[in-house]
Amino acid sequence: MEEKVKNIIELKNICKVYDDNGFKAVDDFNLEVKRGEFVTFLGPSGCGKTTTLRMIAGFEMPSSGKILLNGEDISQLPANKRPINTVFQRYALFPHMNIYDNIAFGLKLKKLSKDEIKKKVKRVLSIVDLEGFENRKISTLSGGQQQRIAIARALVNEPEILMLDEPLGALDLKMRKEMQLELKNMHDRLGITFIYVTHDQEEALTMSDKIVVLSEGKIQQIGTPEDIYNEPQNAFVADFIGESNIFKGIMTKNMKVRFCGGEFAGMDDLPEGTLVDVVVRPEDVIITKPEEGAISGEVVSVIFKGMHYEITIESGKYEMVIRTTKCYKVGDKVGMQLEPDGIHVMMAEDHTTSFVTTVNSDYTLDFNGKVINCNLADIVPKSHMKDGNLVDENGETVDVSKIKVIVSLQPYDIKMSDETDAGLVSGKIIDLIYKGDHYSYVIRDEYGHDLIVDDEYLWNMDDQVGLIMPEDKMKFQIKK
Amino acid sequence: MKNMFSRKQLGIPYGLFLVLFVAAPLLVLVYYAFTDGSGKFSITNLLNFFTDPNTLGTLCYSFVLAIVTTLVCLLIAYPVAYILAHSKIKRKAVILLLFVMPMWINFTLRITALKEILSLIEGNLAFYPFLNTVIGMTYDFLPFMILPLYTTLSKLDKSLIEAAADLGADNFQTFIKVIFPLSVPGIVSGVSMVFLPAMTNYVVLDMLYNSTYIMGSLIGSYFSAYDWHNGSMIALILLIIICIVSLISGDSDSEESGRGGALL
Repeated sequence: MEEKVKNIIELKNICKVYDDNGFKAVDDFNLEVKRGEFVTFLGPSGCGKTTTLRMIAGFEMPSSGKILLNGEDISQLPANKRPINTVFQRYALFPHMNIYDNIAFGLKLKKLSKDEIKKKVKRVLSIVDLEGFENRKISTLSGGQQQRIAIARALVNEPEILMLDEPLGALDLKMRKEMQLELKNMHDRLGITFIYVTHDQEEALTMSDKIVVLSEGKIQQIGTPEDIYNEPQNAFVADFIGESNIFKGIMTKNMKVRFCGGEFAGMDDLPEGTLVDVVVRPEDVIITKPEEGAISGEVVSVIFKGMHYEITIESGKYEMVIRTTKCYKVGDKVGMQLEPDGIHVMMAEDHTTSFVTTVNSDYTLDFNGKVINCNLADIVPKSHMKDGNLVDENGETVDVSKIKVIVSLQPYDIKMSDETDAGLVSGKIIDLIYKGDHYSYVIRDEYGHDLIVDDEYLWNMDDQVGLIMPEDKMKFQIKK
Repeated sequence: MKNMFSRKQLGIPYGLFLVLFVAAPLLVLVYYAFTDGSGKFSITNLLNFFTDPNTLGTLCYSFVLAIVTTLVCLLIAYPVAYILAHSKIKRKAVILLLFVMPMWINFTLRITALKEILSLIEGNLAFYPFLNTVIGMTYDFLPFMILPLYTTLSKLDKSLIEAAADLGADNFQTFIKVIFPLSVPGIVSGVSMVFLPAMTNYVVLDMLYNSTYIMGSLIGSYFSAYDWHNGSMIALILLIIICIVSLISGDSDSEESGRGGALL
């Protein structure tokens, strides 16, 4: 017999580009979900998590890629033909029907007998703890009860996969916590595969078997809640999941890593000299006497949080947030030490900004109408300037109109300005991460490209900024 | 500083208007309806209404005309409103405007133009008086049907349609079980906005040479013969009928969780 397909659903190279504005909502999404798993798509709003869910449910068709359900391609199948049911963000209960008719909607379409429908509705109402609610009107229910009815309406069809699109978003905190546990229990009891969408990291960590962290339409990391929390793969995941201090560091000998002005023993074996991002969770920092720590600093703020204090320590130009149960006073001098397993090292991403320019007849570079000065003779191999012309080794004038030059810059060399036309490009700040002694900004420029700029000052999200790129910091290279 | 006017006083002009042009004429109407020529109380006018076959026939004709007009309007307007509300056409507002724009053209001009077109097609307007009247009234009232339907349908929560598909309904089942029931408030306000004026509007008939009397023209004919008493009684009965129709439609409107699409 054929091998039983273990993965209930597989997404292969799924892309979604909206026709009307060309916006790429989901980019090369690959995922395998095992039968009975509780998978959560986690990410900030606009990261593509709901779009992905809608493609699995069949409300939207992927622009490219395949969705395999039990090994069969269903990517072009309409929603009503898929054995998948959805719990909608705002429940989407039919207001003109009572609760019985809402839940029986799918069963009636399947032409089940009346007795059978009645039995199933009754059973599913007991699963969601709302026995006897059959004849109530939707408008008489509270948010939490509507939520349960929405779950019951989906579950009663015995779907292979239950999709939940931020189902707890509209509930208050206490109700949300209760429902989290209840959903988790329900999942354990029923054995149905759950795909859950949320922007709430705590919700994701509490409930899931597997978390898919998304940002800007791309998967950042797939893993168990423990993996995601303890071994974030990049600065985005570390920043998004839980509180964290993120620093730039460099690997030194014997699995040691230097950051924050100190050297610490780590657990990751990377070659010496590798540039890394280091994540330190606030609860992992051990506070010692000033002379005993690997680094020392001064307490600059103390916030009481009930279970613990959250204190900020300034060490040189770095800042570190620490959670501790002991009380410190502002101005206290302390030392800080870290256990090897408290240091999470990630390969530093290459954040070089680069763009392609053409060469003007006066040997300057043209970038969308803006002029960049450079010495072409240094870039074009075997060439030199002679009588104001660029000539090659044989003394013949080089045709510069075909030459394209790649200009690149490091994030810390680009300066931001309030005046949007002060620099080569302008853009909007769409994301920022604090990295101990500076902020790392993601800026979407006027041409739709994202670039990374480091700046020690705090700018606001959605600020429009001009990006000044100093010519002396630019690196030039001929495009082949 | 003292305020010279309280907010309540802003209502005075409206109150005056109400008394002069709504309440007073109504009282006069009731007075004439229940008196005879010598000013004494009488119910002869009421009896006349129900014994005169001419009057009853006119009432029936008005009803049939109004019902047919309303149905034709609904049949045309629903698909238009549905397509407009659910398509991704970019210039939706422009298309909607095209349907509504005839309202901005002078009424007489519109019907005169229609008259010319119809006589061009039919040769003589006298051949199809009923059909012509229905066409004229549909033309006149269609926007009043489209707008409330469009409002209701475009306000319809898209996730309800998705939920129906999610639970296994195909497009037709989704329409029958979800979209249509939820658009009933829009249908009700559209119907009441077309049906009621269609009952009494005799200008269209008049201009399209339909010599049959409807309720409006009947009242007019009594009044022009200086028979205020019978005319008033017919007007009063018509008023009561309209009141009843509005009450019924108003009821079902509020029952449907107040999702009504009254736009005008």
